[in-house]
This record gives sequence, structure tokens and C-alpha cells, in this order.
Amino acid sequence: MSRLLILTVALFLLHAGLQWVEPASAGLAAHGQGPRVGVVFDLGGRGDKSFNDGAYVGAMRAVKALGAQVRFVEPGEGSDREAGLRLLAAEGMDLVIGVGFIFSDDLTGLAKEYPNIAFAGVDYAVALDGQGQPIQPPPNLAALKFREEQGSFLVGALAALVGGSKKVGFVGGMDTPLIHKFEAGYRAGVLHVCPDCTVLAQYAGVTPEAFRNPGRGKELALSQYQQGVRVIYHASGSTGLGVFEAARVQHGLGIGVDADQYDEAPGFILTSMVKRVDNAVYDAIDRVKAKKFHGGIIQFGLAEDGVGYVYDAHNRALIPSQVHDRLEQLKADIVAGRLQVPSTR
Amino acid sequence: MSLLHFFGQTLRIATPYLFAAAGGALAERAGVVSLTLEGFMLGGAFGAAIGAWLGGGAWFGILGGLAVGLLLGGLHALGSIRFGADQIVSGVAINLLVVGATRFALQLAFDSSSNSPRIAGFDGFANPLIWAALLLTPLLAVLLNRTRLGLRIRAVGEHPQAAATLGVPVARVQAVAVVISGGLAALGGAYLTLDQHQFTDSMTAGRGFIALAAVIFGRWQPLRAAVACLLFAAAETLQIQLQATQWIAAQFVVMIPYVLTIVAVAGAVTRAKPPAALGRPLAS
Repeated sequence: MSRLLILTVALFLLHAGLQWVEPASAGLAAHGQGPRVGVVFDLGGRGDKSFNDGAYVGAMRAVKALGAQVRFVEPGEGSDREAGLRLLAAEGMDLVIGVGFIFSDDLTGLAKEYPNIAFAGVDYAVALDGQGQPIQPPPNLAALKFREEQGSFLVGALAALVGGSKKVGFVGGMDTPLIHKFEAGYRAGVLHVCPDCTVLAQYAGVTPEAFRNPGRGKELALSQYQQGVRVIYHASGSTGLGVFEAARVQHGLGIGVDADQYDEAPGFILTSMVKRVDNAVYDAIDRVKAKKFHGGIIQFGLAEDGVGYVYDAHNRALIPSQVHDRLEQLKADIVAGRLQVPSTR
Repeated sequence: MSLLHFFGQTLRIATPYLFAAAGGALAERAGVVSLTLEGFMLGGAFGAAIGAWLGGGAWFGILGGLAVGLLLGGLHALGSIRFGADQIVSGVAINLLVVGATRFALQLAFDSSSNSPRIAGFDGFANPLIWAALLLTPLLAVLLNRTRLGLRIRAVGEHPQAAATLGVPVARVQAVAVVISGGLAALGGAYLTLDQHQFTDSMTAGRGFIALAAVIFGRWQPLRAAVACLLFAAAETLQIQLQATQWIAAQFVVMIPYVLTIVAVAGAVTRAKPPAALGRPLAS
């Protein structure tokens, strides 16, 4: 019994001692005169080639351009996400950013607890009340949301225009409204330029694991390619890497999501629907610096350069210039409000 | 959708299950609970990536996966047999350890938290692991039912005291079974990596638990467990195909494998009898 006690005390002392140790991932990025910003990454952290890296790029741009002092926290599995946010809030940061919808509830709670600190949630999931109306976040919490349907619309139009097939594919991760948004916009884009096309839309599962199942993604994509699909758009996290692998095998094309995924399968990526997390994060920091920060739902769409598609030296050969012109026209129509893109299916 | 495509896809999906279920059947027949299959698979998947990356060929991937699996099996044997830790606790601990360790090692080796770079692999049915999985089942059945080691494994799982009285080294037999089970399940993970030409964080996505369900469904007999694996894989294939046709609501289609599992296990378990000493190590 006493051994157990000694062990407990020793562990406690070790734990207490570690309070003074600065974790490598939680370092201060730079010293400047600008706002003090804390960023808590989603699972995966830096190096996920997607959301977290985007947030990092945006924050580092703010360090250079705005003199922001940024601290990054990379939580481990599960429970200590809230602790990361709380740590930063308790330190009196000017702005605390949670990267990923998973932080939504934690941010809402903390924003009420610390009314004088600005909070921002990338991809914040807005809760709905009994009538299905969105519940506005607290006044010091900015919900940074993206109009994924708009970007998906453009890549859908592109898939139909260059695919050379009446069948166009979509692979989603977890079967949830968040991913239906991608599917709805994509489908609308396909049908806008090709009314007699069909969209094969499939999901990898109904649990969060559906975002990390490349084996399933590959089989889904293989069956779609075998049915005559030429281009598949995925919104499924690393499950989509399996879609690209199938594209290699079947000599088809894949469309990436969130970030430019060209490097995952060079030559087999038609384009990527990018969410400019970097722009959203930079924008939030900029607002705090300019004392123009306000809470509420902030949408980043095509007009705000919050979403878009990749068109560069890598895929120019795959996209004829008149197709590119057509896409730009569609983009202008959406920005001007002449074209409405549905966000539900 | 031709029948050939259906069977091909079923076989590809079944391969990781077949390996893991074979490992699970072996360890459980020796009386050691196999909650670790998921961890063994994920470890094997990562080992395959490291092996193929360092060795520069897919065959090195198989070796790498196998090595990590044997190592993890040894760890489980050390914890649950040598030190007599609760097998379920040790199993869960290994699963959690592997999730964290692979992510950490991924960061160290490839400077990414999501996936490894593209590595050598096998494409489709050129993958020797598919054929190995099919061969493995009858071999395991023969091992368990027709050899001296098999008899010892079964004896140790059913009545360790009796086996010990007859001079069977209980702990050693169990350790051998667990280590081999680690290697086998890891090959299932290696298949995933080599088929994808890439390791991805947490890429096994619960396949180890499906394989464990197949072991129980198959009443701890290798052949029956293999049939269960093929059945689950066929259900998944059906789900993939039906989802594409959109005849039925997607949510319902996604349920098929799980419903089948519940129905099958509920119907089968009433008659199934686990090894009598499963999870209860020999008191020494």
C-alpha cells in the first residue's frame, strides 16, 4: 500500500514539475507587438497536410504581417482538447482559435466563461434549436464557416466538363450533413453543365472512422470507376487517399479536398476543392488587431476567397482553357448572386 | 456488376480479416483473449510501410509488418502471461499504445501526422498476401487439430491445470500462440498498407474487432472463422454495390454488415462454447 502511495506522490511531483516544461509543440512562434493568439490544433496536428497546416500557414502569415505572437497547442487523443483551449484562455490571450468542428462545444462553453477574450472556431458547427433555427454563438465567438458547396459546385462542373463520361463520382467520409454539403454543391455543379449526367455518391461509413479508412475508399472508388465513372471527388479525409490509389490503378482522375492534394498522386489529380483555412485564420487575427473583431457566424465563400479550386501548372494540361473560362464565369455568377448553390441535398 | 467483380472485391476486403481472424483463433484457443488484433494490425501496417521504405521493395514490407507483429505479440505475451496482467487490460493498452506510437513514429520517420509517402506495394491480385490468406486457413486448421503443438494449444486453452500436470509448459505454449497471432494479424495490416502503397494514420479502422467477431462467430474454429470473414466481406461488398445503385436508402445499406454480425453472433453464440479457460491464466 505504501509503495502505491509513494508511486502516486512521485507521479504527482513529476506531473507538477512538468508544468514548467514547455512542450515542443506549444512554443511561442515569434515575438512581436501584435495581438497574442493561441491556436489549438485538431487531432493530427501539424503535418496533416490539411486543416491544421492551413491554420498554421495563416497564423504564421499573421506573425510576419501583423506582428502577432502565436502559441500553438497540439492536443493528443480525446480529452485534453478543452484543456488546451482553457490553458490559452486562462493565460489571457487576445484570441483563441480552435481548428476543427470538434471544438465547437468546448469553444461555446469557454466563450461564455471568458467574455473578454475573443474566440474563433474554424469549421465551427452551429447548433440548431428546437425549431431548426441556428443558435447564434456568443458575441465573443466567431464561427468561421466555409461555403464548401460553392467550391464543390465548381469542381463538379469541371468533373462533368472534362470527364468525358455521363457518370460522375463522389466519395464521402462519414455520412453526415457536413459532408452532404459537399455532395449537394458537387451534384448541382455537375447537373448545371450536364443535365443528363448522373452522380454516383457513396459514403465510407457512419462513424468518424469513415474519414480514416483508405482501404474502403479504394474499394468504393474501384467500383465506381468500373461502372464507367471517370472523375471522382472525395470529401473523406484520408479515406480519399484510397480513392486516389484507385485512380492510379484505373487510370481515372480524382479531385482533392480541403488542401491542394496534387502531391498525393501526381498526374491523377484533376484539381482540389480548397478551403482557405489560412485566409480565415489570418482574417480573424487581423480583425482582432484592428479592434474590429465580432462574434457570430462568418461565412467564407468564393467571394471572400474562402473556398476555391486549384488551377496551376500541375493541372493546366488537364483543363482546356475554354473550360477554365467557363468555370471562371460560373464563379463570377455565384459571387454576384446570379447563381444559387444548394447546401443540402 | 459482374459476378467476377463481386468475388474479387469480396476477396480483397476479406484478406485482412482472414489474417487477423486466424491470429485471433490461435491465441484464443490457447486461452488468451485477442482484443489486441486491432493493435497488431495497425502495428503491422506501419511496419510494412517502414520495411518497404527502408528496404525499397514490397517484400521488405511484408517482413517489416511481420516483425512488428511478432514484437507486439511478444509484448502482449510478456504482459499478460509472464506478468499475469489482465488480458483484456493488456490488450486495450496495446491497442492504445499502437495508435499513439504509430502516429509518433510517422511524425519522426516521415514528418507527417497523416500518412507516409508512397511506397512499394502490390497491385490487386498480384498481392501474394491474398493467396497466403487463403492458404493460411487450412494450414491453421491442420496445425490446431492434427499436430502435437495444436493439441497442446487446445489443452492449454481448455484446462491449463490438467495440461500442466501432464508436463505441458503452459506459459510457453501460450506465449508461442500469442506471438504467432501477433505476426498473423500484422500481416493483415501489412496487406492494407501494401495495397494502398501507403500507411495512413489509424488506417485499420476497426477491422481487428470485426475479425474478432468473426472468430466468435466461427466458434473459435479456423475454417468457420474464415467463412465468417468471407461473409462479412461479402456483406461489405454488397453494401458498396447497393449504395451505388441507390435502390435503398444509404443509411440502411450501411447497416448491413453490422446487422448481419449481430444476427449471426446472436444466433451462433447460443451454441458456441469458448475455450474453457479463455482469459483465465494458470495460477502459479
